[in-house]
Amino acid sequence: MIQLVFYVFSAVLVASAAMVISARNPVHSVLFLILGFFNAAGLFLVAGAEFLAMILVIVYVGAVAVLFLFVVMMLDIDFTKMREGLQRYAPFGAAVGCILFAELVMAGLHWVTSPVMPAPVTGGLGEPGGPMTNTAALGTLIYTHYILLFQLCGLILLVAMIGAITLTLREKPTGRRQIITRQHERMRADTLEMLDLPLGNGTNSNGGFLRPPGSYYDTAVPGSYGIPSSDSQVSETGKGEPE
Amino acid sequence: MAHFFFDTLIGHVILIVLEALAVLVPLLIAVAYLTLMERKVMAAMQMRRGPNVNGIFGLLQAFADAIKMITKETIIPSGASRFLFLFAPFLTFSLAMMAWAVIPTGNGLAVANINVGILYLLAISSLGVYGMLIAGWASNSKYAFLGGLRSAAQMVSYEVSIGLVIVSVLLAVGSLNLNDIILAQRHIWFCVPMFPMFIVFFISALAETNRAPFDLPEGESELVAGFFVEYSSLSFGLFFLGEYANMILMSGMVSILFLGGWLPPLGIAPFTWIPGPLWLIAKILFCLFVFIWTRATFPRYRYDQLMRLGWKVFLPVSLLWMIATAGFLLATGLLPQGVS
Repeated sequence: MIQLVFYVFSAVLVASAAMVISARNPVHSVLFLILGFFNAAGLFLVAGAEFLAMILVIVYVGAVAVLFLFVVMMLDIDFTKMREGLQRYAPFGAAVGCILFAELVMAGLHWVTSPVMPAPVTGGLGEPGGPMTNTAALGTLIYTHYILLFQLCGLILLVAMIGAITLTLREKPTGRRQIITRQHERMRADTLEMLDLPLGNGTNSNGGFLRPPGSYYDTAVPGSYGIPSSDSQVSETGKGEPE
Repeated sequence: MAHFFFDTLIGHVILIVLEALAVLVPLLIAVAYLTLMERKVMAAMQMRRGPNVNGIFGLLQAFADAIKMITKETIIPSGASRFLFLFAPFLTFSLAMMAWAVIPTGNGLAVANINVGILYLLAISSLGVYGMLIAGWASNSKYAFLGGLRSAAQMVSYEVSIGLVIVSVLLAVGSLNLNDIILAQRHIWFCVPMFPMFIVFFISALAETNRAPFDLPEGESELVAGFFVEYSSLSFGLFFLGEYANMILMSGMVSILFLGGWLPPLGIAPFTWIPGPLWLIAKILFCLFVFIWTRATFPRYRYDQLMRLGWKVFLPVSLLWMIATAGFLLATGLLPQGVS
C-alpha cells in the first residue's frame, strides 16, 4: 500500500518536474512547479516527516511560489527573444546540467557499491523512553544543538532582506505619499481661516485665502480659482507663475 | 461489523468516506443557510426585511438561489485558458472542504486527529490564494487579473501575522495538535490572556477570507466584481460556496485557538450538560455574526491602508507579542515541556 502511494507521488513529481522545463507557457511552468512541491510534500508524508511536509507546503507553495507566479504572470514575454537567448546561454546551461548529472551519478554509484544507508543522526534526540514527534526532534536539533548555525543563517537572510529593500526602495520626488502623522498633526488654524467680510466684496479685499505653507496652492497658477491674479494684487503665492 | 470497518482496508476506506460525509454535508447546508443569515442579519441592521418570500422567513431562499445558479449557462470567455479557468473554482471549493478534516468537534473527534493539525490548517488556508490567482489569470480579462493580483498580495501579507499569532498560541500550548490546543484552554480561554492577539487574528481572518472591509479583490466600484468577474453559473457558485465555507472555517479557527473550541465556558453542571459539538457550533455562529456585523458597519479599506495595516501595524504587534509571551512563559516557568 505504502509503496503504491510512494510510486504515485514520485511519478507525478518527476512528470511535473519535466513539464516545468518543457511547458511553453511560463505560467504553466510555475503551476507545474507547484504541483511538484505538492508531491514532494506527499513524499515527506510517506517518509513520516509530517512537519517537513507541512512546512514545505506553507513556505514554498503558500509564499514563495505565490510571489513567483505573481511575477511571471506580469511578465511580458517575447518568445522569439527567448529563442535568441537560448543560443547564447545553451553552453552555460549544459555545463550546469552536466555537473549536476555527474554528481547524481556519483551518488548513485556510491549507493550501488555500498548499499548501506548512513546511520541516522540520533545523538541527543530527546530523553530516553517516550516517543518524540519529529516536530520536537527537529526543534531539539535546530534550537538546542545547532542554535549558533541557525542564528547565523537567520542573520545572513536578514542582511539579504535589508539589502534587497535598500536596492529597490526609491523615494520618487513626484510621488504623493500619504504621511498619516502629518495629517493627524494638522490643526484647524493651519488650514482654515474665518474671515469677516463685507457683503459683495469677495475675499480678495482681505488678501485672499490663507493657505498652508508648502501646500499645492504655492505652486498654482495665479488667477486660478481662489488665487488672486497677479495684475490685481501681487502676493507671494504667485512665485510659481509660468514664464 | 466493527471488525469489518476497523480491520479491513475496504472497510477503513468506507469508514473514512462516511466520516468525511458526516462533516461535509452539514457544512454545505451551513453554507446555504449562512448566505440567508447574512442577508437577514444585514437586513435587520439596515432596517429592511431581507428575503421573506420563499418559505417561512425566507428559509427556502438559499435553495432558490442554488437552483437558479445551476440552471444558468456556463460561459467561457474567448482567449481564456480553458482548463485553468474551470480548474480554479474547483480548487477554491475543494480546499475549503479539505481543511475540515482536522477540525475537532469533540474530545479527539476529528476525521484526522493529526499531530500537525494547526500547520495543516495554515497550509490549506495559504493555498486559497491560488484559486483566485489562477482565476484572474485564466480569465484573460484585466479586471479579473487585477483582482487576482490584489488578492495574492493581500493574502500573503496577512498570512504573516496569522502565522505569528498562531505561534504565540502554540507557545502557551506546547503542541501542534488542535485537540491539545483546546484542552490547554480548560482553565481559561486564550481570548482572555491574549486579547490583543484575538483581535489581530480576527481582523486578519477577515482579510484572509476577503470579507468586508477588506474585500478589495472584488471591489465593485473599481474592479467590477474582481477575480470572478468572468465566471457564471456553477463555476461562480463554487467560488461562492468556497468563500462562505472559508468564512466558517476561519470562524472555526478563531473558536479553536481563542474561544476554547468544544469546551463549555465553565466546567460546571449546567454548562457541561450541553455536548461539545453544540458549543463549537455556538462559537462559530457568534464569530460568523461578527463577520456579518463588520460587513454591515465598516466601509471598504483603501488598498495602501490595507497593506499598511498588515505590514506596519499587525506584523510588529504580533511579533512583539510573541516575544513577550515567550519571555513571560520562560520567566514564570510556565513554558509547557515535553507535551508533544
